[in-house]
Amino acid sequence: MAMTPRRKRLVLFGSVLVGVAIAAGIATLAFRDNLQYFYNPSEVAAGKVPSGKRFRVGGMVPKGSIHRETGSLTVNFEVTDFEHTVKISYSGVLPDLFREGQGIIAHGKLDTQGVFVADEVLAKHDEKYMPPEVRDSLKKTHSPETSAAAAGASKS
Amino acid sequence: MTPELGHFALALALALALAQTFFGLMGGWKGRVRWMDAAHSAVMGQTVFVVIAFSLLSRAFMTNDFSVAYVANNSNSALPALFKFSALWGAHEGSLVLWIFILALWSLAVSLFSKSLPETFRARVVGILGLVSVGFLAFTLGTSNPFLRLLPAAPDGADLNPLLQDFALAVHPPMLYAGYVGTAVAFAFACSAMFEGRLDATWARWTRPWTTVAWLFLTVGIALGSWWAYYELGWGGWWFWDPVENASFMPWLVCTALIHSLAVTEKRGLFKSWTLLLAILAFSLSLLGTFLVRSGVLVSVHSFASDPSRGIFILGLLTFFIIGSLVLFAWRAPLLQSTAGFGLFSREAFLLLNNVLLVVSAALILLGTLWPLFMDAFSLGKISVGPPYFNAVFLVPGLPLVVAIGIGMHATWKQSRLAPKAVVFAVIATIAAVLALGFMVWLSHYTLLAAIGFMAGVFVIGSSLYEPWQRWRGGHSLPAAVLGMALAHIGVGMFTIGVTGVESSKIERDVALGVGDSTEVAGYVFKLESLKAVQGPNYNATEGEVTVRHDGDLVATLHPQKRNYWVRTMPMTEAGISVGPGRDLFAALGEDLGGGRWSVRVQYKPLIRYIWLGALVMALGGLLATADRRYRRRRPEEVAVASNSAPAEG
Repeated sequence: MAMTPRRKRLVLFGSVLVGVAIAAGIATLAFRDNLQYFYNPSEVAAGKVPSGKRFRVGGMVPKGSIHRETGSLTVNFEVTDFEHTVKISYSGVLPDLFREGQGIIAHGKLDTQGVFVADEVLAKHDEKYMPPEVRDSLKKTHSPETSAAAAGASKS
Repeated sequence: MTPELGHFALALALALALAQTFFGLMGGWKGRVRWMDAAHSAVMGQTVFVVIAFSLLSRAFMTNDFSVAYVANNSNSALPALFKFSALWGAHEGSLVLWIFILALWSLAVSLFSKSLPETFRARVVGILGLVSVGFLAFTLGTSNPFLRLLPAAPDGADLNPLLQDFALAVHPPMLYAGYVGTAVAFAFACSAMFEGRLDATWARWTRPWTTVAWLFLTVGIALGSWWAYYELGWGGWWFWDPVENASFMPWLVCTALIHSLAVTEKRGLFKSWTLLLAILAFSLSLLGTFLVRSGVLVSVHSFASDPSRGIFILGLLTFFIIGSLVLFAWRAPLLQSTAGFGLFSREAFLLLNNVLLVVSAALILLGTLWPLFMDAFSLGKISVGPPYFNAVFLVPGLPLVVAIGIGMHATWKQSRLAPKAVVFAVIATIAAVLALGFMVWLSHYTLLAAIGFMAGVFVIGSSLYEPWQRWRGGHSLPAAVLGMALAHIGVGMFTIGVTGVESSKIERDVALGVGDSTEVAGYVFKLESLKAVQGPNYNATEGEVTVRHDGDLVATLHPQKRNYWVRTMPMTEAGISVGPGRDLFAALGEDLGGGRWSVRVQYKPLIRYIWLGALVMALGGLLATADRRYRRRRPEEVAVASNSAPAEG
């Protein structure tokens, strides 16, 4: 089948266009399913989180809130924005910088008792680091801790 | 006194960079020989002063001069010497000095090693590199002076972040920056070509080695970062689609597209405007990466607004270079008509496909990286884009690309002449299918994606070996370019196999273990034998001894540590890893759970080494390709574009 250069070019650009369209379609689908929203404890308490949905919650871990049965991998703790707190349950290895007074973010879902069951807990890089969402949400509640929560830059 | 000298040296370097810009661009434009010579002298002078500034900052670190604020914030007298040296680029100000230092070295290299290029062209290249230097020197002096004094001097330093006290992270930034800054050279070549209104096969041949070297630094830099994340930070993951990682990966994708597009421009005189655009894009993404990492915008768009001077400056720089070069492009690109056509299955078509896939992937990664920032900036909620999105936008264009490499390497320029190779492809594909099945049986993992991944990986390797093998058997010459290309593509195959192996069959498990307890992962029995206290130069640690047995035989003894660094009182996890050709065995200590038990993460990571090994082989291929004889011809005769040159020279 002899093709004129013009037709060839049309076919070529057509196939490129189709390829880009397919990629864009897949991307849109993947994008929609993988957006995770962040809620602070007050928003969780106010019932703003759609039920059954995965989301991220974050705040400061208050003093004395970390409980662990001796020798067990499961740990229960709370995060607070100084107005409301959310109970979190997590089973696994915690990050190095997880401790009381630290800002953290947890990924997971609420169970029926209103406990946030986390499958991932993040506390990042730097001992002075405060996750941005947590920092902004703490700022809104005008807590005195905010000034101490100067964000450390992330590594290059 | 010496820190002030360093500051002064930076200021002199800025003055010389301005001279370099002026004499380079104006000299090139007016064709004045003495001005052009002045530009090259300015490069020399700028490099000298930048080296002085770099050395003085380094000296401040090595001699514990805590009267320098930057040193006091990022070093400590107890820090081992290697990390005192690498602490220089451990934070913002110093990493800019490193940027400038590497840019100066690149500029000097271009000025010294491109004497075969026409004078005016070379002067303009140097002028544009000078402009980039001016931007970064002014940024450093204006907003981020690393030599700022701390009065009174601190008694001791606040120490380098323990995460950065590591060999891979000592070498990762210089490599990555050498790549980032290298894109500036490709950019300067592109702008220079647009100024001259000349863009032909010769131009592409000049540009290719520089671009390839930048690309190979970028490749090694990213691989080092991934390796570091795996053993130091990531609890065994090798890529997290973190914005900082994406910031380095996007320029890599575009730079990869660029070196392939340059091949078409050199061999066939096609894709000229596209090549220019890619060069502009690669550099812009490098700048964007610097902006993302350095402006604080990733920590929060609001933190950017509260301390905007640095961010605004880089954003201004970014805008200036992007808009400036795009205007130049819009003005000059119409001069660059190319008329030749090419067949549907010609090599040009495959390289076009390569470019489309790479750029689409980069664009979608950019979207995912910037989207949360936009949402946040317009108060539309705080979102994060999950790794599955990035996996999809990497995999969907990536897998077809790997297959296309295997086929496209054997396509000829200009015409579709793949049919005679059908038998070869069939044979290689059959071998690939058999080996893929072998991998899957070995890992006892049977999914379609794994099958495709393994097959594609083996297919590329087989296909890359075919051409050199044919030439060798036929007694033909084997140019470095052909070997380099084959090697780089073998690297792609290794990488593909590695990713497929890890992502399909890895096992990660968190368990609570007391001394004497054991757990089984993929047939390997991990047993915690003992725990003891050890002491390092600037930390205390608890060290576990974990033995790993397979069918009763001892295969590895791991020594994971939980360290506590004195100065920053920061706990750090050092994983115990056993490296093997087929798998990594990984154990990391979590924390003391009480009752004599510790949380321990144990992992089985099949084939993970091939991810980094593949990247190294890719880089090695690039290095080999730049050694090709045709790049070293002095003052080459203007050869007409060889449209029917040997198919594999690419």
